Amino acid sequence: MKKNSIWKDAFKTLSKDKWAMISLGIVLIYSLIALLSATGLIAADWAQEVGTSNLPPSAEHFFGTDIFGRSVLTKVIRGTQVAMSVGLATSLIAIPIGVILGALAGYFGGWVDDIITWLYTTFSSIPNIMLLISITMILGKGLFAIYVALGATSWVTLCRLIRGEVMKHKEREYVQAATAIGGGHMRKLFLHILPNVSHIVIINTSLQFQIAIKSEVILSYLGLGVQGEPSWGTMIDDAKLELARGVWWQLAGATIAMFLVVLAFNLLGDALRDALDPKLKGK
Amino acid sequence: MIPVLLGVSLIIFVLFNLVAGDPTAVLLGKNATARQMAELRETLGLNKSAFAQYLDVVKSAFTFDFGRSWATKQEITHMIRQGAYPSLCLSIPAFFLSTVFSLIISLFVAYYRGKGIDLFIRFLCIAGMSISALAYILFFQWFLAFKLGWFEISGFEFGFPDFVPYIALPAIIWILLSLGPDVRFFRTIILDEIYQDYVRTARAKGLSELTILMRHVLRNAMIPIITYVVIQLPFLILGALLLESFFSIPGLGGMTLNALNSSDFPVIKAMAILSSVMYIIFGLISDILYTVADPRVKLK
Repeated sequence: MKKNSIWKDAFKTLSKDKWAMISLGIVLIYSLIALLSATGLIAADWAQEVGTSNLPPSAEHFFGTDIFGRSVLTKVIRGTQVAMSVGLATSLIAIPIGVILGALAGYFGGWVDDIITWLYTTFSSIPNIMLLISITMILGKGLFAIYVALGATSWVTLCRLIRGEVMKHKEREYVQAATAIGGGHMRKLFLHILPNVSHIVIINTSLQFQIAIKSEVILSYLGLGVQGEPSWGTMIDDAKLELARGVWWQLAGATIAMFLVVLAFNLLGDALRDALDPKLKGK
Repeated sequence: MIPVLLGVSLIIFVLFNLVAGDPTAVLLGKNATARQMAELRETLGLNKSAFAQYLDVVKSAFTFDFGRSWATKQEITHMIRQGAYPSLCLSIPAFFLSTVFSLIISLFVAYYRGKGIDLFIRFLCIAGMSISALAYILFFQWFLAFKLGWFEISGFEFGFPDFVPYIALPAIIWILLSLGPDVRFFRTIILDEIYQDYVRTARAKGLSELTILMRHVLRNAMIPIITYVVIQLPFLILGALLLESFFSIPGLGGMTLNALNSSDFPVIKAMAILSSVMYIIFGLISDILYTVADPRVKLK
């Protein structure tokens, strides 16, 4: 009997799941938009006037224009670039820290575990919003501070999950077999155990990505985020004053753009968890 | 508990005392003389060694003596005491109601698990969680308070029942915001229990599904639910940052955001320390409550 790997099985389950595939499609489209915007191929002229001030949505201007007559759609696209970059940078900071610390703690136990557990307990004891505000305020406004702040808060969950999984795996037969043929600690940990717990990284990243996007919007709204460039958060901030005058499209544009991608990441994360971690199915 | 408290103080010390740099230039402005700066450094305790400064942070976590605000020159402890009342007026009723509603809804969907209504509410939860909190607040404030005039647009009055009209709308938005994550979490916990052997036994002896759910499952699901609820309590002190600022409620959340806008470092630092200490204390309380909910659990 031929046995498929967990990844192949998972891929088969996922490809049958209509909602998961739609979500994946949405995530890919957003990534493409962000990439095209970052390379300057689209939305590079976001600051340009395309019509009169505060035009409502029409066929010509899909989301209308803002107070300076700039296209809200182009600003939404520019904001997509900011949001996706924050998600990506946060993952790039959080994954290595979370995986390495979690793996070391779970594998070696003892004082290594004590120190790492202390470290993540400490980080999770400061309410996230206070840590985010403190770091961004101290590092100064801008995207860099947001990357660091979100990276610093989001490795904790991953670290705890990886630690737990590695702990379970280190007693399994395949690790004992690796010991028997003379495998060293690093070989066993990084070559044998980590590939077997890597599905946790994927599931967690999908969920952390949307948390990062939501946090960026709030931090940008508070004026801590990207400066001199549109972001969904600053667009919502503008809308605060415009709404009383009936100008709702800037709020709608930013909210819809964010809703779609966050929903997609949420559904995708759930589907990935069902496919890769069958014992949690349907929860 | 103590090592974690020392760790939290360390992070806050590193951020505010080491990374943040010298505040005297900011405080005194461009025309400050070197002598003025040196004097200010002395009064702020910045001439002490790094270790002594760290000890000051640790000490403030126990004494709650945070010094004075840079912006208002008031004692921060005094500001916190003033802001706590409006914050709690909003957060306690809102938190209580949202927890009760979430529990009722999650018991309801657990009863109809796998059916259409369950799927629908689950999707509603995820969809609701995908909309920015800012959008909820803006929309409801504009629509219900500004357009329809059903609620006060903003403001606050001290004393019961004067504050009720002011907190009604923020409380409703708070409840809406918490329903999504709460229902999802409670449902998972309840379903975890529903497939256990003791539930099958209860069914076998002929108990109705409703009795099983209310008397057996809920009791056993209480442990994770208590943790989840208790661990959120410290955040009630902080109030709802965004809600308070949108509705001009003079609470701790609003105070924190004002401090953020005026770069009032000591206030942010104090709120970071205070909320962490609260978090640690309530973590301990939830551990103790375990033993009440489940006598099998013993504290180590």
